[in-house]
Amino acid sequence: MLKITHVNVWVHDQDEALAFYTEKVGLELRDDVTLPELGGFRWVTVGPPAQPEIALALMAVPGAPVLDADTAAKLKEIVAKGAAGGVFFSTEDCQASYEELKGRGVEFTEEPSQRPYGVDAGFRDPSGNPHRIIQTTAA
Amino acid sequence: MTPVHPTRHLLRARDLIEARYRDPLDVGTLARAARLSPAHFSREFRRAFGETPHQYLLTRRMERAAALLRNTDRSVADVCFTVGLSSVGSFTTTFGRTFGMTPTAYRAANPPASSRARVPTCVLRAWGRPRSSTFGEDSRTQPH
Repeated sequence: MLKITHVNVWVHDQDEALAFYTEKVGLELRDDVTLPELGGFRWVTVGPPAQPEIALALMAVPGAPVLDADTAAKLKEIVAKGAAGGVFFSTEDCQASYEELKGRGVEFTEEPSQRPYGVDAGFRDPSGNPHRIIQTTAA
Repeated sequence: MTPVHPTRHLLRARDLIEARYRDPLDVGTLARAARLSPAHFSREFRRAFGETPHQYLLTRRMERAAALLRNTDRSVADVCFTVGLSSVGSFTTTFGRTFGMTPTAYRAANPPASSRARVPTCVLRAWGRPRSSTFGEDSRTQPH
């Protein structure tokens, strides 16, 4: 059976993203390695302390030879427009998570609101990626 | 309604350690999470989990520090601060007591982080491909 280990998150600035996800969202640092043989590629991953097997790979938008300048610029713009897709986080208490993250200065696009499936809030990372915090109603 | 089992409150304090070991957690904060007075809390925590909250927090920080020494190329001081400790001296001492060697020796005894990094092969292939502009013979046949 397939499982998820890493999810790619494009970011404009890895240092900024790392500080955001660890200090404001509450994830922990997992990997931070710079590989000179790959043109200084930096492998940075963060994950929820309660889920050692899952991590977000905070990926800088690469230039050549991975992406040509035009594609890289477009990708950065798509991220800045919030159109690159995000991650769904779950919580036991959406309102409490909202207040905790809000208190640390996280930019929310939607306050916790009741949905058919539970309570749901939305926030952005500094690059513009849209993430959600969901408290699922007990089935 | 069944009353909440007393240990459930202690578990909340332990969960707080797991979630926030990187922050400067004190016994007062943990005791509040368990809804107990600090003195009572430490005793009850030990009764429930077999070690004091301080020991639990410190061993979690040591485990995380060891992982960061293996999986990152960050400095020992940086690793120390990242797991929530503020004194590199006492970090080194505690680490030595826990793992029988200094953080630097521990890192050296493990394969370098760059060789252990679980970077997907697709990334290695994409980032490792040389730029075509380094090959002179390509310049005339460039599509644009």
